[in-house]
Amino acid sequence: MAYELEFEKPLVELRKKISELKEFTKHRDVDFSDEINKLEARLEKLEHDIYANLSPWDRVQIARHPNRPTTLDYIERLFTNFFECHGDRCFGDDEAIVGGIAKYHGLPVTVIGHQRGKDTKENIRRNFGMPHPEGYRKALRLMKQAEKFGRPIICFIDTKGAYPGKAAEERGQSEAIARNLFEMAGLTVPVVCIVIGEGGSGGALALGVGNYVHMLENSTYSVISPEGAAAILWKDASLAKKAAETMKITAKDLKELGVIDEIVPEVRGGAHRNVDEQAKYIDDVLQRSLRQLLPLSAEQLIAQRYEKYKQIGDFIESQQHVSVM
Amino acid sequence: MLKDLFSKKKKYATIPSEQAKQDVPEGIMTKCPKCKKIMYTKELVKNLRVCISCGYHHPMSAPERIACLLDEGTFCEYDRHLLSKNPLDFPQYMEKIEEDREKTKLNEAVVTGEGTINGFPVVVAVMDSRFRMGSMGSVVGEKIARAIERAMEKSVPFIIFTASGGARMQEGVLSLMQMAKTSAALKLFSEQGGLIISVMTHPTTGGVSASFASLGDYNFAEPGALIGFAGRRVIEQTVREELPDDFQTAEFLLKHGQLDAVIPRHELKDTLTNILDIHQARGEDEWRTS
Repeated sequence: MAYELEFEKPLVELRKKISELKEFTKHRDVDFSDEINKLEARLEKLEHDIYANLSPWDRVQIARHPNRPTTLDYIERLFTNFFECHGDRCFGDDEAIVGGIAKYHGLPVTVIGHQRGKDTKENIRRNFGMPHPEGYRKALRLMKQAEKFGRPIICFIDTKGAYPGKAAEERGQSEAIARNLFEMAGLTVPVVCIVIGEGGSGGALALGVGNYVHMLENSTYSVISPEGAAAILWKDASLAKKAAETMKITAKDLKELGVIDEIVPEVRGGAHRNVDEQAKYIDDVLQRSLRQLLPLSAEQLIAQRYEKYKQIGDFIESQQHVSVM
Repeated sequence: MLKDLFSKKKKYATIPSEQAKQDVPEGIMTKCPKCKKIMYTKELVKNLRVCISCGYHHPMSAPERIACLLDEGTFCEYDRHLLSKNPLDFPQYMEKIEEDREKTKLNEAVVTGEGTINGFPVVVAVMDSRFRMGSMGSVVGEKIARAIERAMEKSVPFIIFTASGGARMQEGVLSLMQMAKTSAALKLFSEQGGLIISVMTHPTTGGVSASFASLGDYNFAEPGALIGFAGRRVIEQTVREELPDDFQTAEFLLKHGQLDAVIPRHELKDTLTNILDIHQARGEDEWRTS
């Protein structure tokens, strides 16, 4: 593995040792199989211990792993007949968001998602998965089209955030995000959203107003990146790790807060370890969600979505009136 | 004088003579306007009129388009009986129409009808740029609106292939109003949940691009097709600005968010089949019942 994470170091060392030993026995006439077996058992236990006790910061690292599967990786594995549609019919085609029509186990659907690049060249083309307003407007155009033809909508969320830039502001980044939240609330077809990587703030939410919102075990969803939070709260971006621990950004935290519906389990060590296997886990939850939503009428879908978001928030309804008047 | 020693030799440009122009016999050979390669017309037609050496998409007549797209023997044409009048008494308009009718064997610049694409029923309207540059007069507008109405009655998708210079000047404001007529028909069809696919071919400009050509649920174009509202020369003279080389090409429009995709002619039938298939929603019943 070319790219190793900080907390995986002991594992990497152990694996190296085992392979060295194996190599050694190949060429010599000594039997180390006992030793190897013992080490492998230890590796197994260590892997189990490490991956069962990941800290929020560790999960941030996994969510940002360069090999973490992207929207198109899952589209390729979960859908057939995918046809990508481009453009917002207004200004441009933002490749930081991909969308199109496809079949999901025979069911016509619209699929939309943030799209990061696999290498620097693709990342520049896709702006590192950070959309401009035209990206959100393309997504909305496709959602409206899905609504016209009665197709369920599936959104994959994976962005550091909406792109902060001059051009984005000029073309109304805020309006584009706001419009999506507004229109998604009223969609007459089922909407299922899955956070597959980083869920960065408003830029993520603009594809994330759904009847169900699920999250991969090692993905994150937050109002701001840990670095950003640390910079604002403590004026020191290097305290990102501390911010990650306090801000409640992991799937487990969000489930407890009632923001998401289900945690989609991940392959041990992260989705990038086995994309095919990971796609199966997503397939499972997606099928269940759609089967629950398809019998609902348009009114029921809108009401269910509203109820879901109405529930979120934390406050006290006190008897006492606090007033300056 | 000394200066004469260094004077440049005059260069002479060769002007192609009328004779040279006629070296290529009409019909048998075709010269690609892009790569200038000369090839047998037969060979070109066999390749769906896509240049064998550079991939340039030569214009296709409406009957050719229908033959290569619809399943054999399924096409049934609508409204062959509608003919243009001369509402403004425009000089020589009728003669020109007569000429084009003779030349193309079509009654007007659009052919409409129904048929199937790999088994999927559709209503199609295919414009033909050989007839008055595919311009839209009362008959074109009426034929398209009637075709949309048929698609509505039958609840089948409507596919339009555009190729047009725009509104037909000789019919004045009546031709302008065809933009509203066709768009209104599409609106009613769309409200009923009808599927609209627009395929823009070279060229799609003016009143046609500003009405039904741009109103598809899916807007496609053929590679290199010229698509735009105002002509390049008009824009350059108005804004006094140099325009990019690829200005108003299909690829330019894709980049600027106006198209869902640019689809090479050879892939068109498969792409349309896939989209029709997804909209037919077979296999959906299993989901709804279980």
